[in-house]
Amino acid sequence: MTPKKAALSQVPKIEKAQIALLERLSNAVAVSGAEGEVRKIVMAEIKDLADDIKVDALGNVLAVKHAKTEPALKVMLAAHMDEVGFMLVDGEDGLYEFETVGGIDARQLPGKPVLVGKDHLPGVIGAKPIHHTTADERRNVIPVDVLRIDVGNENGKKIHAGDRATFATRFQRIGPSLVGKALDNRLGVATLIELLRHSPAHIEFQAAFTVQEEVGLRGARVAAYALNPQLAIALDSTPAGDLPRWDGEESPRYNTKLDAGPAIYVADQGTLSDPRLIQHLLRTAETYGIPCQMRQPGGGGTDAGAIHKQRAGIPVVSVSVPGRYAHTAALVARLDDWQHTLALIFHALQDLTPAILEPDRS
Amino acid sequence: MKSLIKKLVEAVGPSGYEGAVRDLVKAEVGKLADDVRVDALGNLIVRKGNQRSDGLRIMLSAHLDEIGLIVTHVDDKGFVRFTSIGGVYPRTLFGGRVQFLNGSAGVIGGEKIDSADKVHALDKLFIDVGATSKADCPVKIGDLAIFERPMIDLGNRLVAKSMDDRVAVAVLIETLRTLENSPHEIYFVFSTQEEVGTRGATTAAYGIDPDLGLAVDVTATGDTPNGIRMAVKLGGGPAIKVRDAGMLSDPRVVRWMSDTAEAAKIPYQLEILEGGTTDARPIQLTRAGVPVGCLSIPCRYIHSPSEMVDTSDVQNSVRLLTALLSNPIHLK
Repeated sequence: MTPKKAALSQVPKIEKAQIALLERLSNAVAVSGAEGEVRKIVMAEIKDLADDIKVDALGNVLAVKHAKTEPALKVMLAAHMDEVGFMLVDGEDGLYEFETVGGIDARQLPGKPVLVGKDHLPGVIGAKPIHHTTADERRNVIPVDVLRIDVGNENGKKIHAGDRATFATRFQRIGPSLVGKALDNRLGVATLIELLRHSPAHIEFQAAFTVQEEVGLRGARVAAYALNPQLAIALDSTPAGDLPRWDGEESPRYNTKLDAGPAIYVADQGTLSDPRLIQHLLRTAETYGIPCQMRQPGGGGTDAGAIHKQRAGIPVVSVSVPGRYAHTAALVARLDDWQHTLALIFHALQDLTPAILEPDRS
Repeated sequence: MKSLIKKLVEAVGPSGYEGAVRDLVKAEVGKLADDVRVDALGNLIVRKGNQRSDGLRIMLSAHLDEIGLIVTHVDDKGFVRFTSIGGVYPRTLFGGRVQFLNGSAGVIGGEKIDSADKVHALDKLFIDVGATSKADCPVKIGDLAIFERPMIDLGNRLVAKSMDDRVAVAVLIETLRTLENSPHEIYFVFSTQEEVGTRGATTAAYGIDPDLGLAVDVTATGDTPNGIRMAVKLGGGPAIKVRDAGMLSDPRVVRWMSDTAEAAKIPYQLEILEGGTTDARPIQLTRAGVPVGCLSIPCRYIHSPSEMVDTSDVQNSVRLLTALLSNPIHLK
């Protein structure tokens, strides 16, 4: 076997067990600020994988696996556990007013089934049926403040203001695709668990399963302060807007494309990735023949935006699994893109040495 | 000093990619400093002096970076779509020339628009690099460019791209050269990523943990035909910032700066800026909080490829900064 082939054979594979874990993560309810359900899954998965595991004051899971050799780079890998969703604010007789948590388009909501609270009580975001709407009404967006979550009279007594809700979508594998809610960022969480399981011995591996990313990168900010790494990688999911245009013209704006591999960030709303880390990822992809794509520079952001400004500065880069229809009831991602993301980061960590920080940032 | 400014403003250094400008500054300050280092975000941190019993740890900050463009897409015919790095006004773009970090050049064109009075939105513009296909296009997604524009010398006035904030970088270098016998431990910070949200100064301030902070940056003026209402004018002397959209200067720092200018007979103006902010904001907010102020160099046409400053304002900024740092400071 050539050295390259030998290295490739060590890459953790996405198989039944990994997909089953992703399914459990996707189906769990963990709206920003109430990530307990996903945290519980994460804690159970990683309990034997790290030397030091703790839950911090905001609810981040910080797991450190010590290096077996010196000198070791302290590398933080962050994946947020939280998802966008809803918070119930007031109501009676099983009808609840709610607010959105994180970036949700109000047009996505009417008629969607949801799960409410810790007990996953079923509900639906009510919509006026077409029988009773005028043509004018159907042209306009229904604002969130007139929508209600209807949980039925029976369960209404078990629900309180402040309870979270999320889309009721159940995870499915459809051919080459993974379909589910909250795959932004349960894909990142599942990837980080696999990386922790297969972390290289020469790195001080700091896994941060973060909270409250969707409401402003709040968990990552304190996680980075506590871990104080020498460099960091944020693992996330980013929209793929690669649908064909109606007129067949080439679309200049798509953010990322499905089937093109992990998306590497150069610039988003919150971060200008460290060029040394971008180059390391591109070299890694080339060396091991892993497909990857550059995410189109623009808006959006990841935990990297909070991490790099912590303390005296931390070099960062973000890598995302592309997915269509992010922040709606169902995201569609590809198994191959996930596998390639895992492979890219796995090799990038294997080949990472302190020399990467020797030249100054360009 | 004009030749130093010319060298700095003609260098290429969009936010996040300030290496070339930093190297120029390093070459200028190397012999003058007690310590020179580069931090994780690329800030150049130059220390001069050790803190005497009557001195403070002071952080000065002028940013290295300039606004620019970044490639988002190359189409099948080789046209390059882009978005902005920092506060780029689309109205300054059409017909402009750009230079990429990789050495390629191009001109900005735009899609057909209905009316000659309208301005192209950013996503209706593209860069023509002379390519005919994706294959022969010399740039790719994620490549950065800046506005190509040599400095012109109009005598008392200088015009260039990136006067914001290279003219302040020059002011810090000259102050470092001029300053003798300061009681203070002074950190001259040539910061990165200011134009995308004062990110470099955020981490530099945390690392330095200063007793006092001063940003040196450019500010707008109200002295052009039908311009904005603002008391600052070109040639009126350095502006002492009272407030901007992100920061209220410590009133004691404003008094200290004004009193020093008056004692040294240096002309100055007070600045109230309604939009924008400077590196003074993250310095003020670092750790447990820091008293800060900002010395601003009046500048016309900020964030256009032709930013104009007055040479007397530049000279007087060096004089004022030197006077401020030469003696013990008692804020009151």
